Formats: sequence, C-alpha cells, structure tokens
Amino acid sequence: MAILSIENLSKIYDHKIHALNNIFLSINKGEVFALLGPNGAGKTTLINIICGLTNKTTGTITVNGYDTVDQCRQTRKLISLVPQELHLDPFITVAQTCIDARGFFGKKYNEKLLTDILKQLSLWDKRDEKVQKLSGGMKRRVLIAKALMNEPQILFLDEPTAGVDVELRTSMWNLVRKLKEKGTTIILTTHYIEEAEEMADTIGIINDGHITTVAPKEDLMKELGSKELIITLMTKIQKIPDALHTYALSLSEDGYEITYEYKKTTSTSITAILSSLKNEGLKVCDIETKESSLEEIFVDLISNPKNLISHS
Amino acid sequence: MNWIGLYTIYRKEMNRTFAIPLQTVLSPVITTALYFIVFGAAIGSQITQISGVTYMQFIVPGLIMMALLTNSLSASSSGIYFPKFIGTIYEILSAPLSHLEIILGYTLAATTRALIIGSLIYIVALLFTPIPIMHPVYAFFFAFLTAFTFALFGLIIGIWSDTFEKLSLFPALIITPLAFLGGVFYPISILPPLWQTLSLINPVVYMISGLRWSFFGTTDINPQISLTLIIVFLLLCVGTLFMIFRTGYKIRD
Repeated sequence: MAILSIENLSKIYDHKIHALNNIFLSINKGEVFALLGPNGAGKTTLINIICGLTNKTTGTITVNGYDTVDQCRQTRKLISLVPQELHLDPFITVAQTCIDARGFFGKKYNEKLLTDILKQLSLWDKRDEKVQKLSGGMKRRVLIAKALMNEPQILFLDEPTAGVDVELRTSMWNLVRKLKEKGTTIILTTHYIEEAEEMADTIGIINDGHITTVAPKEDLMKELGSKELIITLMTKIQKIPDALHTYALSLSEDGYEITYEYKKTTSTSITAILSSLKNEGLKVCDIETKESSLEEIFVDLISNPKNLISHS
Repeated sequence: MNWIGLYTIYRKEMNRTFAIPLQTVLSPVITTALYFIVFGAAIGSQITQISGVTYMQFIVPGLIMMALLTNSLSASSSGIYFPKFIGTIYEILSAPLSHLEIILGYTLAATTRALIIGSLIYIVALLFTPIPIMHPVYAFFFAFLTAFTFALFGLIIGIWSDTFEKLSLFPALIITPLAFLGGVFYPISILPPLWQTLSLINPVVYMISGLRWSFFGTTDINPQISLTLIIVFLLLCVGTLFMIFRTGYKIRD
C-alpha cells in the first residue's frame, strides 16, 4: 500500500530553471527507499517539496491519502525530516531542542520517549549541554533525535551520514533497521551507494530533475549487475584458443588470466568454458568470481542513459 | 488548533528573552530611565506644566509607548530572522502549524516582552514622580494593541530581511525617528501649523496620544481616532503576513 504518491510533480525556479520534471513516484508503507543521484539532480528539492519547505510548481503529492498542500496539517503530522545541513539552535540544550521539536508537532512532552531516543543515539550524557558545544557527528545525532521525537510514520533522511565517522554510520544503519521493523517508512538520499546497498528495499535514481529508475534493489542488481568469472591458468598463453572464441572472453596482459563476464539472469557457459580449457590442455590454477556493486550500476546508469530501466 | 505548537514557539521565544535579560529587558529599561533623568528631572524641572501635568509626568506615556513599539518590533523581527539565518526555520515550516499559529506564537511572545519592559519602565518612572493612571484598562488595551501591531510589523521585517543590515534598517531609520517625532517629548499642539499637519501622517503620534489619554484623560487627538488607526495598521500587517505565508515569500523557495 502506497503511503506516498507523487504525480506529475514539477518545480521550476524563476520561470527558467527546471529542478524537477514530471515526477511520478509511489512509495509503499514500511519501505526503505533510497533516492540516488548526482549533485544538483533534484533530490533535496523533491524532499523539501514533500515536507512543505519548498513550493511546487505543478503536480500533486499525497501522504497517506492526504494532499500535502490542502491537507498539510494531516500530512506533516506523519513526516519528520533530518536535513542535510546541521540546522540547529546553538544556544539551547540537546534535551530542550528535542522537547521543542515534539512540541511544534502539537505533541505533549514525553519523558520516556526523550530518554529512550537520547540513550539510543548515545546523547544521554550530553542532554544538558548546549548544542554549540557538540562535535559535528553529535550534532547529526541531535538532528536525528529531533526527527524521532515526533514518532513519524515517514522519516526523510537527507544525506544522513555525510561527514560522520564509521561508528556513527553503522549505528545509524542499525537505527534505520529498527525503525523499519516498527513499520516506519524511510526515504533517504545518499551519496554513499554502500549505504543504499546496505539498507534500501527500493532504489530510485534521479538525474537532471527526472526520476529515471525505480526498482527493488535486488531486481536492479540482478538485471543490471554483471558477474565476472576470472580463471587463472598454470601456464601463460599468447591468445584465447580458437575453440573458446564463441564465448565473450578476455585475456589479461600477462597472459595468465581469462575473464568471462555474464549477466546474473542469463544462463551461463561456465561449464562449457571449463570443459574447453581442459580439452585444450590448459590447467587451471584458480577460479574467482566478482559481482558488480550497486555503485558500479549507479555510475553506469548515470553515464549511459541507454541502460536505463523504469519500473515506475 | 495546534495549541501545543503555538505555545512551544511562544515558550522558545520567551526563553530566548530570559536567556539574555541584560540585553533584552534591562538595557531598554536603563536607556529609558536615562531619559527620565535627563529630560524629566533635569531639563523638565525648568518647564512649566503641560495639559495639567508636570513635564516629567507628560513624557512617561510617550517613553513607555516608544519602548513598547521598538522592543516588540525588534523581538519579533529577530525571532523569525534568527531561525531563517541559521536554518532552523525548517522545523517550523515542516511542522503541522498553521500560518495563524506561527504568527501568534512569535507576536504574542514579542508583545509579552514589550509589555514587561513597558511595565518596568512605569515602575522606574514611579521612582521619579507619582503617575496615576486615569483609565488603567484602556492603558493596558492601548499598550497591548500597539505592542501586538508592531510585533506583527516586526515579523514582516524579519521575513523580508536577508541580512542583519536590513534587519536593523527599519528600527534605526524609520521607527526611532517616527517615535521621537511622534510627540514623546512634546504635545504636537505646540508645533507650527505645517509641522502639526505633517505630524498627523506619523502613525506613532496616534499611539502615543492614545496612551497619554488613558493616563491623563486629555490629549491632542481624539482617542477613538487613535484606536481606529492602530486597528487599521494592525489589519494591514495581518493581511500582509497572511499573503507572505500563503505565497512563501522569502520563507519557502
């Protein structure tokens, strides 16, 4: 069931800059959706429009069936945002800024929730410190804590781990998993493809204001990802034997490695290749397989538009 | 109505006021007390009575009104400008708060700050001279209405400003001169006819006149006219603010 639906959304700045073009997108309840795209692709603009920080030019957005403009009070109750920049009031304490965040949403102070969230994000010891005294990583945690204080059904994480250390990134990922278990829909933008690969159920790719791809992560990796079989020979060869020319093989410069690239979805010729090598009297020293990462798929999708697929 | 949200904005603003009381409360009170000493006690002792009251008594309502409008304006304009400047405005704009709730949160806090300062100035004035208030309910009403109206105006300025220079432009170049020329230190009836006429286009004249009437029962301008003009200014500010929030001018891209 779709919790967020976007239809024909466009954003044009100053009548000339097309930041978003005819976006159609549907995100299901409880899904972790990763929106990937190069700088200036329109990721933050899209999030800001959904959250009410930027006015759209055309199109409609509904959250849980409510229109984000005409019924904005209902939609905003469901959404929390962790912005990309460290937008925090430096002169108030960690606890106070979290209490205020909940208050703006019209929700009464909840001491247990505050304690749980601050402990979960390792901020409990810092609760009475002013935000200005915190490190960048700690400030990022505070932003997340504030967003969680509203107990949102949809959580937007705009570059949540930009500039944070490995430990915090890992704890962030664990937090996202816990939220997902609770049924929270999470929409994140990230530059770290590893992050999307680790957490996302669905990947959306946005480029130049267009959503070009929306697909379940597994499908995307299966359809666009390739595997390589690297066969290391005992002896050096000068060229690929004629008997193996029917297969798309490449030989390394040193003449010891034969590489066979294949799609995960198609039937492979691995057995036939190994048989042919045996028939040619070539002894195999080692066999290794490599799988293309989401990062490679993403780079390929951005640089080779021909490869684009669309499931939206 | 999101009462908790509205109260959260109000409380946050009041906390900001009391976090730096020397700057937000004590400083304007001390500045006004200096006016009492210089213009009231020193120079005022050489001036004969005006409209049946001593000069020291005469300037009190004007100085209170000047403090009310400058402080309510600066409180609300900085209240909205600061989160815009540091980016925390996203919290307010993405929360389930209506335009009315946001406006009331900031303006009621600014009004409260101004009324606290106004009350302290009155108490300080009592140290110099007895100042009975003939119509205390009207006095509070005029003070509240003026502070609230200028808090609305301050909110407009805070949203319009995108630099600290612009933020201080209105108070320094427009509000303070209008207040000084609005009859704080003199009744406009003593001015030459041309200047009297020119003074009548100064909205602050009506505000000071209204408060002075509620203190002493006499003034240059009919209090009903004063009240009407304050309400007109208030409605203009409300209309402008709703248009700003509806279009997202300078707050939403």
